[in-house]
This record gives sequence, C-alpha cells and structure tokens, in this order.
Amino acid sequence: MKEAASSPALVLSRVRPGRIVAWTLLFIGGVIMVTPLLFMLSTSLKDASQVYDLRVIPAAPTLDNYVEILGDGRFTRWFINSTIIAVIVTLSNVFFDSLVGYTLAKFQFRGRYIVFIAILSTLMIPTEMLVLPWYLMASQFGWIDSYWGIMFPGMMTAFGTFLMKQFFEGVPDDFLEAARIDGLNEFTIWWKIAMPLVTPALSALAIFTFLGNWTAFFWPLIVTTSAELYTLPVGLSSFAVEQSIQWEKIMTGASIATLPTLIIFLFLQRYIVRGVMLAGLKG
Amino acid sequence: MATIELDSLVKRYGQTTVVHGIDLAIQEGEFVVLVGPSGCGKSTTLRMIAGLEEISGGQILIDGRIVNELQPKDRNIAMVFQNYAIYPHVTVADNIAFGLYRSKLSKSEKRQRVEQAAETLGLSHLLERRPSALSGGQRQRVAIGRAMVRDPAAFLFDEPLSNLDAQLRTQMRIEIKRLHHRLGTTSVFVTHDQVEAMTMADRIVVMRDGRILQVGTPLDLYEKPVDVFTARFIGSPTMNLVPATLRDGRADLSSGGSVRVPPSSAKTPDILVGVRPQDLVPTQADSAGLTVSGPVAVVETLGSETLVHIETAGQTLIGSAPGRQIPQIGEHLTLHAPSERLYYFDKVTEKALAA
Repeated sequence: MKEAASSPALVLSRVRPGRIVAWTLLFIGGVIMVTPLLFMLSTSLKDASQVYDLRVIPAAPTLDNYVEILGDGRFTRWFINSTIIAVIVTLSNVFFDSLVGYTLAKFQFRGRYIVFIAILSTLMIPTEMLVLPWYLMASQFGWIDSYWGIMFPGMMTAFGTFLMKQFFEGVPDDFLEAARIDGLNEFTIWWKIAMPLVTPALSALAIFTFLGNWTAFFWPLIVTTSAELYTLPVGLSSFAVEQSIQWEKIMTGASIATLPTLIIFLFLQRYIVRGVMLAGLKG
Repeated sequence: MATIELDSLVKRYGQTTVVHGIDLAIQEGEFVVLVGPSGCGKSTTLRMIAGLEEISGGQILIDGRIVNELQPKDRNIAMVFQNYAIYPHVTVADNIAFGLYRSKLSKSEKRQRVEQAAETLGLSHLLERRPSALSGGQRQRVAIGRAMVRDPAAFLFDEPLSNLDAQLRTQMRIEIKRLHHRLGTTSVFVTHDQVEAMTMADRIVVMRDGRILQVGTPLDLYEKPVDVFTARFIGSPTMNLVPATLRDGRADLSSGGSVRVPPSSAKTPDILVGVRPQDLVPTQADSAGLTVSGPVAVVETLGSETLVHIETAGQTLIGSAPGRQIPQIGEHLTLHAPSERLYYFDKVTEKALAA
C-alpha cells in the first residue's frame, strides 16, 4: 500500500481488469441501494403537490413535513414505543441467549445435545407459521395490544443462542477453571469472565437484534390495535390507509426512523462487518 | 503449607480408567514433580487434587482433611495453567487481585498484597497494563502472582512452562524454584519434560498409563531406575540398552563381547544391559566394564561434550567424548563404561534386576 501510494503510475499499473469489474459491480450495487434512500429523503422535503415530481432535488424544498410529523404526538409516541421495544428485546437477547449458549457450550449434562437440536430446529419454522400460535397465546393471556405482547416472541432467539454457544465454545476452559479456583461462583464466572471474552459476538447479536426489532412490522401490526401502541413501521404504514396515501409523511417518518439505524451503523460498522463475518463463518 | 495425600485415587471416564488407584504422600513444603508422557494421567491427577475433576475412587487429603467432595475454591489451593489463563480484559493488577476474590481483606490491604506479589515477581511497572501488552514470560509471572497472592496451602502447576521458548523456560524454571525456596509452599508440578523434573523437583513421581512407576529424588531415579521406562525417560540423551544373554554370571552382549553381571534375581536368561551415554566414553578398556566399538555414524557437538553415535552389530549406541575432541564420521571408535555404571533389566518384564 505504501509503495503504491508513493507512485501514481504504479497504482494504475497495478489495477487489474478483475478489479475494474468488481468496482463497477459494487458501484452499481451501491447506486441501487442508495437510490431509494435518496428518494425517501427527497420526498420528505417536498410538499404533497410535488410528490409525483420525480426530481431528486426538490423544486421547492420544505421542512414542513418534519415540523408537522415531529409536532404530531402520535409519531413521537411510536418512536418511543419502537425504542423501548427494541432496547428491551435487545437486552433480553444479549442476556438470555448468551446465558443459554454458555450453558450449552460449557456444561456437560444429560440431554444437552437434544436441547441444542430442539432450539436449533425452531430456526426452520417460518415466522408466518408461528404468528397464529403466538396470537392465540397472546390473546389467551391477555397480552394483545400491550408492549409485552409485541416483545414476547423475540425475547430469546434460537439464532442468538446458537451464535453465542458457538462463541463460548471458543473460550478456553482454563479461564473458567482458574476462576473456579479463585472462588468465583458459576454466575459470576459467566458474567465477569466469559462474557467479556465474547464481546464481538455480543455486539453483533445486539446490533442484529436491535435492527431487526426496530424495523419489525408484521407481528407488531397483528398484535396491536390501538394507535398508542404502534411501533414506528406500523404507525408509518397507517399514513397509507387513512384517507389517501400521504407519501411525503411516510417518507418523512421513514427518514427520521432511519436515523437511529444510521447512527448505529456509523458507530458500530466495524462490529457489524465482524458480526456478519463471524456469523457466516460459524453458521 | 500443607501435606497432600492421595489414597488409592482412581479416575474413570465411562469404561476407561485413566488413573488406576495411585498412592502418594507429599510432605509439607515439598516440591513434587509429576512427570510422564502425554496421556499418563499426570494432569488428571493434578486436576483431581485441584477439584476440577471428580474422583471416581479413593480419596484426597489436604492437610489431613478429606477434600473429595469440596469445591476447588474450598480447598485453599492455587493453580497455574499451561496457557496462563490470565484474563485478557482486565489489567495485570486486577488479574492478580482475582486471587483474592474471596478474601475478606479491605481494599487497601488487597492492593498492598497485589503490589507485594508484583514486586516479588518483578511486575511492579506492569500493573496497569493489559495482558496483551505482555510477553509470554511476563504473562506466566502474572499467573503465578495470582496464585501466590492468596498465600494458599499448595501450588499446583499444570505444565506452566510448555508455552515458553527454550531460553525463557530455563529462566522461569529458576524463578519458580527460587520462589519455592522463599515461600516454602507445598508445590505439585506437572510436566512431560524430564529436564524440568530433574532440575526442579525435591521428589519426582514417574507416571505411565495411569500408574505410578517410581517415586524418588532426581538422583535416585537417575541412579536406580526401577524399570526400563524410567531408565529411558530420565536422563538425556536416553540410556542405551543392549540385549544380552545371561550365562555363568556373565552377559553375552548382542553387540559382541560380554560383561560380568552381579548375582541377580533374573528369572530368564534374556536381559537388557543399560548404559548412559555420559558413562560410555573413549577411555582405556578394562575387562570388567562394557566395551563397544564401531564406526562413528553421527556426531553431535554440544561444546561441553560431544555426543558420538556408533554403529555396532546393527544397533546404534550413543556415547560421549570430551567437548573439544570431535571424531570424524566413519572413524572407528572404541567406547568403554566401567561395570559400576551399568544397569541390568529383565527383558520380558522390563524391571530392573535386583542386585
């Protein structure tokens, strides 16, 4: 790299045709990914009359939509709902998935393998199939239209348990045994010794879970009935059914909703890339 | 300081028995080394003493108290692991302080103990560093610091030097030995390296296939090995063994010639005559000892001595010549060992023949 940087001629001579193809493909991919986001942002800066004017840069940009949406109590409420739900479910996953993963990875007990396979097999059942039993359960327990109703199916996930189990298997037993000799109890060993050693996996799990719940639509839509309990995606979709489709409002809401994920990505992209790689390697 | 007693200690994994009822009494303040090839049960034995493995039979006593059912933390022992097992996410000081996790000392007293241990081990300037910024030797010292800060009844070392390079290993060997002299804490040290065993131990326990073959001081084992395995395991290079046939109080060697054998309890005429390379030297022959001659096949120059491999009757024997005397390959050489330096073993049972 250093050599190449010192001589531009050398840089050109080193660029192989394969590279050019790769860059072109990546560029096209990038454009495909970014265009909808650009349109979202652009539409959010237009008023209702300009929505079908497909120029990327609005003829008369306005922040009215933002003022209106942020001034609308419902939107703030949905934003808070989504935040509460995503944060709680993420914390719950980080805690329980790793606790179960650790137990499966580090303790020998009868039936361990069966438990693991049972957990893993739930990965093969599509969400659409689970929604009905979830709904019946929620309705019988009186959880319909409550935070808990939205959160309970995701409080622990098979994928998270599997991911954490794989990671804890990589923690050398000596660490745990040394801690046992030093007098730490089993829970403290997990919390103080094992957990810090799998931080990359924990951050990956936390990021995936947060993003997954932030953008979740199907189940929150089904389990909520009152507008105060909508999450952001469900709430935004309601702009499309009341009266007419208010694209500028939807896009403004979506732009604001994208902010947290964007911030998370900017600060934690290192971990996301690592998490994807790890999940790919281990899975 | 404490005594450790193993009484008919057994370890089974399912149908496989890996430790077959061993007995051992370790005195207060003693430095005992368990040595043997991998899979001999030495680490398992150590882990049973630590309480990290359940025992399948027999009992373990630490300071006269049966600890079979006690958790590791209740046995008042400290252990140093092969891969150090120091926690990468906390500083050196915090790592050492983990040794005092259950201690009722005040924070400042703990801090003082940690600093004391660090000073003893030359780690004072590294206390705020993370383990990743330490060398292998320093990491192992941190692990030892964590073990000693608690002032335990016994130290257990599980191959602690195996991950270090040769030079550092020698240095740490001396440091551990010096520390033992200073603290006088009962220590059990597991290794597969006979040099470590010889140089560090008050007593060596030679193990093989889950059984104890011999217990003794390093010199005992070197001078009076009870069987072929111990004879070959202790000492470097390994002892030469020449097959021989007993006849009229003499052993006819397969390599030619014969030696006089002291009256013994040999049950069969087939025996092995052993001689250590250090005792097989190019000197004037006398009729009582072992004399072998043949062409030189390999020469290993060590400086202090020169190891000479000679071919005789289809067998390669290793002898030693003075450091500055380097024989030529192919040169015909005669080596001799006096009779009092010879070892005799039954070829079938591989046990030493009682004189």
